[in-house]
Amino acid sequence: MNVLRRSFLKLSAGAGALTAATAAGLVTSGQAWAATWNKSAFESKAVADTLKSLGASNLIDSKDIVITAPDIAENGAVVPIAVTSKIPNTQSISILAEKNPFPLAASFDITSGGEGYVSTRVKMGQTSNVRAIVKADGKFYTAVKEIKITVGGCG
Amino acid sequence: MSMARREFLQMLAVAAGSGFALDSARALAANPVNGLYDLPKFGNNVTLMHFTDCHAQLLPIYFREPDVNLGMNDSRGKPPHLVGEALLKHFKISPGSHTAHAFTYLDFEKAARTYGKVGGFAHLAALVKRVRAQRPGALLLDGGDSWQGSATALWSNAQDMVDASKLLGVDIMTGHWEFTYGADRVKEIVTKDFAGKIEFLAQNIRTTDFGDPVFKSYVIREINGVPVAIIGQAFPYTPIANPRYKVADWTFGIQEESLQKTVNEAVAKGAQAVILLSHNGMDVDLKLASRVTGIDAILGGHTHDAIPDPVPVKNSAGTTLVTNAGSNGKFLAVLDLDVRGGAVKGFQYRLMPVFANLLDADKDMAALISRMRAPYEEKLAEKLAVSEGLLYRRGNFNGTFDQLILDALMEVKGAEIAFSPGFRWGTTILPNQTITMENVMDQTAITYPNVTVTDMTGETIKTILEDVCDNLFNPDPYYQQGGDMVRIGGMQYSCDPRQRIGRRISNMTLKGKPIEAGKAYKLASWAPVAEGATGEPVWDVVTTYLRDKKVIRPPKLNRPTLLGVKGNPGIA
Repeated sequence: MNVLRRSFLKLSAGAGALTAATAAGLVTSGQAWAATWNKSAFESKAVADTLKSLGASNLIDSKDIVITAPDIAENGAVVPIAVTSKIPNTQSISILAEKNPFPLAASFDITSGGEGYVSTRVKMGQTSNVRAIVKADGKFYTAVKEIKITVGGCG
Repeated sequence: MSMARREFLQMLAVAAGSGFALDSARALAANPVNGLYDLPKFGNNVTLMHFTDCHAQLLPIYFREPDVNLGMNDSRGKPPHLVGEALLKHFKISPGSHTAHAFTYLDFEKAARTYGKVGGFAHLAALVKRVRAQRPGALLLDGGDSWQGSATALWSNAQDMVDASKLLGVDIMTGHWEFTYGADRVKEIVTKDFAGKIEFLAQNIRTTDFGDPVFKSYVIREINGVPVAIIGQAFPYTPIANPRYKVADWTFGIQEESLQKTVNEAVAKGAQAVILLSHNGMDVDLKLASRVTGIDAILGGHTHDAIPDPVPVKNSAGTTLVTNAGSNGKFLAVLDLDVRGGAVKGFQYRLMPVFANLLDADKDMAALISRMRAPYEEKLAEKLAVSEGLLYRRGNFNGTFDQLILDALMEVKGAEIAFSPGFRWGTTILPNQTITMENVMDQTAITYPNVTVTDMTGETIKTILEDVCDNLFNPDPYYQQGGDMVRIGGMQYSCDPRQRIGRRISNMTLKGKPIEAGKAYKLASWAPVAEGATGEPVWDVVTTYLRDKKVIRPPKLNRPTLLGVKGNPGIA
């Protein structure tokens, strides 16, 4: 099954099927999200400014947010980070790598009734706290996990 | 104070007063050696044998246990962070005995000459048969690091160990150094050589693209009618501690959530006992046992800790036993479980040292080993130099064999500073023993052996030292990788393991002068994890040095000045 899926994707890429997928509405095109792009939040260099731009001034620590990510990254260039929010009426999930030059790595809007789960990959240059910010019913909730970036070697 | 404890302390005092009675004949006569391998009766029905981290040592060897294995913070003074007399005292082992020699570095040379070599697959096979005779139906589990660590394993592309493992009768294994042969070779062995014979399990390895499992997570085996689940846990930090390009399409990690799901699934399918065959390292296993529920025992490896008794760890649903079974084929663990009414009601554990003098070599295994070695015998036996001192590797900060490698790197490469990785494998050489090619390969046989020479700034050196030191002493075990500190030649420094990353390393000096942050230093090292690194194999550098010296004086051990470790039972 997975071998087939992998071969299909390789074929697809070669045949330019991605364009077809976009046309069919499977992949969102650039214009669709440009309207809601929070420019100031993504361009902020300090965590405090990012939070301000997100409108997240009062953060509430929440155990209903789970960050699934490696304790030590295998490859700092692509660190897999998933966030699950069990908070009712989750409206958005944002991910900050606090020590990155631009801390805000991703921000997802969740349509009403959507499952509070997002997964992405983040580039990280150094060990840092990764913070998830969840907006639900107009309030902002948060959870933190440290991800270590190491030079490697020495087993 | 209990009677047993008082007697034990008196015994210690007597032993200290008389010196360790290590006279060969008397010591052997005083130890009813048969008792060492006869298992006490147990009202059991389930038995698991476990060995781990044999590092491809097919023949009996010497292996000195560490005199520095520091535990800081919560792990201070607790197993596995006990060495020497502190370890004997904690586990109530008589000083000077066979057992004391197996578990500690104490009086190593004398004890090694008295009790002889340890391990070797022919002797291990004999012991496995002896246990099987006493415990019919027992399974044999291999915790991994079996395919790497010797010349013959490297030169045969792991084939000697694959064949020996099959003949030994390994039922289930997981891995770590196995992966340094590359994903294709591992897959080839698992799907062809091991098919229908050895299960290779790893619940924590998935493909990087879709997160599909690469290996089976677990199996349920009936042992004398009792369904027992065995789950495999490969070394979580393989792509970080070893070259990622060897397993570029696979992702690892501890994967607690997936492990919990696996345990629940196995129990739902009827498993009455759940065993985790783990290559996490003992500190990681101790933390994991407190968080993941439903595991009866973690049979652990990686950190090479020879721990006589399991550590019971409480979690929200019960207790999990955590073990670690040493390294280099020195030990065979036997876990008896009393499973009644669908659950584990009791256990008995023995970590038996494999003394080559006390066990007959299994003939079939001995023949296989001879056959495997035949094409290489001449090369292996090449005499390079004579060592005047004891050469060993294991220990948190440096070992004399590492010092020899560092000295060779600096002299042959004309470097001011040398780095050698903090590996925990590598056998021991007694004073006045000849160093052969085989001995050198025991310390260096890896698939990425290149020596690199770089101009490195003082600032970068500091960053690397801090990084590696944090992998060893981070207060959270999940951030520890289970290796020792990088060994350093030429440069002196101080280390305070109590501090946080960035503050542990200080007072770096070279020939009495402070290391300057902005200045570049000529530095030689080996085992680069980056793809495309070139440079001659480290064994060529070491053999060049040995042939030139002919006689190796006892190496002057360059260890850092340690701060904040006074009275720590993890340092002699």
